[in-house]
Amino acid sequence: MELLFASAVGILTAAGLYLVMRQRTFPVILGISLLSYAVNLFLFASGRLAVNMPPVLLKGVEDFTDPLPQALVLTAIVISFGMTAVVVMLSLGAYLSARSDRIDLNDTEKTGDTRQ
Amino acid sequence: MNHWIIAPVIVPALIAALIVLSMRNQLMLQRIFSAFSTALLLAISLGLAWQAADGTITSYELGNWPAPFGIVLVLDRLSALMAVLTSVLALPVLLYAIGSEWDSRGTHFHALFQFQLMGIFGAFLTGDAFNLFVFFEVLLIASYGLMIHGGGTRRLRAGVQYVVFNLLGSTLFLFALGTLYAVTGTLNMADMAARVAEIPAAESAMLRVGAVLLLLVFAIKAALLPLHFWLPATYAEAPAPIAALFAIMTKVGAYAILRMHTLVFGPEIDITADIIGQLVLGAGLITLAIGMVGILGATGLGRMAAFAVIGSMGTLMVGMAGFTEQTTSATLYYLVHSTLAGAAMFLVVDLVRERRADDGLHPGPAMGQHGLVTALFFGAAIAVAGMPPLSGFIGKLLILDAVRDLPEVWAIWSVILVTSLIAIVGLARAGSVVFWKTETGPTGRRLRARQQPKLPLVVTCGMMGTVALLAVFAGPMSAYLDATAQQLFDREAYISAVLPEGGQP
Repeated sequence: MELLFASAVGILTAAGLYLVMRQRTFPVILGISLLSYAVNLFLFASGRLAVNMPPVLLKGVEDFTDPLPQALVLTAIVISFGMTAVVVMLSLGAYLSARSDRIDLNDTEKTGDTRQ
Repeated sequence: MNHWIIAPVIVPALIAALIVLSMRNQLMLQRIFSAFSTALLLAISLGLAWQAADGTITSYELGNWPAPFGIVLVLDRLSALMAVLTSVLALPVLLYAIGSEWDSRGTHFHALFQFQLMGIFGAFLTGDAFNLFVFFEVLLIASYGLMIHGGGTRRLRAGVQYVVFNLLGSTLFLFALGTLYAVTGTLNMADMAARVAEIPAAESAMLRVGAVLLLLVFAIKAALLPLHFWLPATYAEAPAPIAALFAIMTKVGAYAILRMHTLVFGPEIDITADIIGQLVLGAGLITLAIGMVGILGATGLGRMAAFAVIGSMGTLMVGMAGFTEQTTSATLYYLVHSTLAGAAMFLVVDLVRERRADDGLHPGPAMGQHGLVTALFFGAAIAVAGMPPLSGFIGKLLILDAVRDLPEVWAIWSVILVTSLIAIVGLARAGSVVFWKTETGPTGRRLRARQQPKLPLVVTCGMMGTVALLAVFAGPMSAYLDATAQQLFDREAYISAVLPEGGQP
C-alpha cells in the first residue's frame, strides 16, 4: 500500500509541476489543483498509514490512527479550494481584459490569441 | 490570563467583517472605522512591546487548550518589535490611501486592508507552525485582492502571476510541514524545537529535507534569488500604497526564517546548522547584487523601487546568515529601516505618478510641488542606498561591523560596498533624469498640480521623518535589538515559556 500511495503522490506532483510550467493559465490552474491533491495526500500520510483504525482515543483501544493530519488535510482542502476559486476568477478577469491567457507579461506578444 | 496578545488578530477581523457587512457603500464610514482600527492596533502593539520589553515571554493558549495540543500565540521581544513595525507602517499607508483616494478606485479596499493586517499580526504572533501557514494564507488572500485593487489589464495579469507563484509557495509550505510532522510528530514550534534536538544525526535525513523546504518557502516570501521573480512585476503594478504595505510582507518571510531557524533549527543543532547559514548567505549575496543592478537597469521608478526592495532583502539575508547575536541585532535594525525606507520610496513614486501620469525615466514638465517631491525622492534615495545621515547608513555599518568575525567577511564586505555604489549610481541617474531637467511643455500642463491633495504629501514627509528618527534614536534602538537577539538565541527560555512541564506529554 505504501508503494501505491507514494507513487500516487509522486505522479500527481510530477503532472502538476509539468502543467504549472505551461504558458497558459488554464493548464497552470489544473496543475495547481493536481499539486494541491498531491499535498493533501502527502499530509494525510504524514501521520503514518493505518487502515481501519479509530482516529480518537477510546478506552480499551490500543491501536489508533493519528487524527491531527486529518484535521490538517481538512484545513488544507478548504484553503486550496478557496484559492483555486480566486485564481480562476482572477485569470478569467485577466483573460477578458487582455484578450490573451498567456501567463507571462511579454508586451510584444500578439493579442487576440485565444487558442487553448 | 492576559488576553491582549490576541487583540491584534481579533480587532482587524471584527472591523473588516463589520465593514463588509454593514457599510459596504459608505466610503466615509469605512475610512473612519479602518483608520480607527489601525490606530487602535498601533496602541495595542505599543502596549505589547512595553509588556515584552522586560524580557518576559508570554504564551497565550487559544481556547485554553494545553500547549503542545492546542494552538499558542507567543509574545517575545522579536514578535512585539515586528507588530509595532507593522502598525507604524500601516497607519501612514492607510492615511496615504485615503488622502490620494486610492481606496475609492475599487471596492472593499478597507476590508481587505484590515484582513491583511490580521494575517500579518497573526504570522508574527503565532507559536505554531501550521497556524503560521494559516495566517500566511490569510495575509496572501487579502493581498491578492489588494494587489488588483483598481483593476486594469497589466495589473490583473501581474496579479495572476503573483497568485500562481504564491499558490505554489503554499503547496511547498504544506509539503514542508508534512515532512516535519512526520519526523517530529508535533507542529508546536517550541515542542518541535525540543524534539529536533533529541533526534540522532543518523535519522536526520528527512529533518534536513524539511528544514530546507521550509527555508525555500520563506525565501519565496522574502523574494530571495532565484525565487524573486514574482516581486518586480507585482510591486511595480500594484497600487502604490499597497506596494508600500507589501514592504512588510517580504519581512514576514525574513521573520519566519529568523524564527524557525533560530528556534527549531538553531545554530547549535548540528544536523542543519551547516546548510542553512551557507544557503542563506549565498542567496543573500546574489539577491543583493541582482537587486542593486536592477535599480541601475530599471526603466521606470516603480520597478526601480521594487528592485530596491529586492536589494534590501539581499542585505538583510547576508546579515542574517551569520546566525549570531551580533549579526541578528544588526539585521533587525536594517529590517526596520528597510521596511520604512522601501515604503517611503513607493509613496514618493506614487506622488510622481499622480503628477506625471507615468513613472518612466524621462524628462518631463515640472510637476506640482516639484521642489518638495524632489526633496522627498532625494531623502528616500539616500535612505534606500544607505548613505549618511539616514538610518540606511547606520544599518549597513552595523551589518558590516557584525560580520567581521565570519570567515566570509571579504565576500560580504566587497559585495555590500560595490552594490551600494551601483545603487547610488542608479538612483542618482533616475533622480537627475526625472527631477533635475524639466522640459517646458505646452502651456497648462501644470494645471494638474492645483488639484493634488495635501494629505499624501504630509504622510510621505511623516514616513521620511520616521526614517530620520530611526537614525537619531539608533542608540536606544540597538540596545533593544541586542536584547531581542539575545532572547532569540536563548532557546531554553522560549521552550520553557511555552511548555512549562518540559513538553513531553
